[in-house]
Amino acid sequence: MTTAKAAAIILAKELRLEFRTRELLTATVIFALVVVVLFSFAFDPTAAESRRYGPGLLWIAILFAGSLMLNPSFAREQNNETLDALRMAPISSFAILLGKILANFIFMSLAELVLVPVFAVLYNLSLAGIVWRLILVLVLGTLGLTVTGTVFSAVSAHARMRELLLPLLLLPLLTPLLIAAVESTASLFAESPALDRTWFAFLAGFDIVFLTASWLLCDHLLAE
Amino acid sequence: MPASKKLSATWCEARRNALPALATQTPATPASIGVSFHNVEKRFGSLAALRGVSLEIRAGEFVALLGPNGAGKTTLLRMAALLMNPTRGAVLFTNGPAVISQRVGAQALFVRPKHAIGLVGHSTLLYDELTAAENLTLFARLYALDKIADTVATALDDCGLATRVGSLVRTFSRGMRQRLAIARALLHRPSVILLDEPAAGLDRHGLAWFSARLARLKSDGCTVLMSTHARNESLDLATRAVALAGGRVDNDSGSAGDPRALLAALRTEQ
Repeated sequence: MTTAKAAAIILAKELRLEFRTRELLTATVIFALVVVVLFSFAFDPTAAESRRYGPGLLWIAILFAGSLMLNPSFAREQNNETLDALRMAPISSFAILLGKILANFIFMSLAELVLVPVFAVLYNLSLAGIVWRLILVLVLGTLGLTVTGTVFSAVSAHARMRELLLPLLLLPLLTPLLIAAVESTASLFAESPALDRTWFAFLAGFDIVFLTASWLLCDHLLAE
Repeated sequence: MPASKKLSATWCEARRNALPALATQTPATPASIGVSFHNVEKRFGSLAALRGVSLEIRAGEFVALLGPNGAGKTTLLRMAALLMNPTRGAVLFTNGPAVISQRVGAQALFVRPKHAIGLVGHSTLLYDELTAAENLTLFARLYALDKIADTVATALDDCGLATRVGSLVRTFSRGMRQRLAIARALLHRPSVILLDEPAAGLDRHGLAWFSARLARLKSDGCTVLMSTHARNESLDLATRAVALAGGRVDNDSGSAGDPRALLAALRTEQ
């Protein structure tokens, strides 16, 4: 079986489990919204202030929500040791990881679909004319977050304090991604919007590096 | 190359070949595959779970792994399931004199180890939030089985859960979960069946079904390794008994020997 087909089977399983329980998605969306609303109370969101601080606040909300959502990705395979059943199946380890990365990417994207319009309204920022470029930045930023987060979810799944361990491992590593995503987003919210190609390329590079690393290390990541 | 490194390298070969790449068809009837443990050692930090276990389990043998808690039975089975690496030594899958898990081209490779292994573990290895049918369908798809709907329906019918096809596994009793776990492990018709305390949670009816299922597997020529520290009727099928203690083989009735004395000792202990 090809890796793509096996990953699609894992993805379908993840989506079925999540849409049946809706545990992760609901908690993630609510958490992200709470963060954005609370930040909006911290300062007067005039257009100039929002352009200055808004992109950073948006990505911090996405990052925090992501670290909350990604933790159970592998942890919930511990309940009945279902990861063992997946590891025993004649599929590559990368297919398991890829299926979970894609599922997490979809969940995060759905959360952002709710979050970004609310963010734009609360912070008086117009999305007109920048929607497609903003989607590109969000896609690359979210991909980097989910690839790295899923990998570290696999690493921390066996740990006793995994809820604490994942953010501790993940957030420092995501600092370059955060900076690149914030700068790219800020360039879109500027008075004359123009996507900063350097930071955008950095985002793409981050994704490629971590996706390649996860492919190379997947056997070790999923080993007991 | 030192012997231990050479054995580890061989084991790595087995792991690599266990990944799918070439033939992915499940054989229509289980192929005869044996399992060899060569001086296997497993350490968890300073704790040695296995200390130099060597066992040659021939294709078609039904081996009862006996021993108290902590004897190393589960560790041995998890290694045979390719879920755990030995610290030292090697686990090989054999077909007669040929080691089938070696590099493709060097030996005749007609079935890949991962397709050939079925495990019933301590946990059910099932998703509680999926239905019985969804669980089996998921694994049937991962094993690239043919006629998935028919295969799943037959498996559910066989384990007596045909009326609970659409029920979530979390609504099942312990015994029902165990029957489904056994059905999942046998879904792809493995030829090496690893059973870790498989009778746990089964009632008399469940035990009778399980023993009948095992008898069928034995007559099909499957190799069975079943660990237990409790006497149950399925142990009467054993053709060999191996007692582990402190991570070592304490007693082995051998391939040609009579396991009854060791099994009787288990009955006396209880």
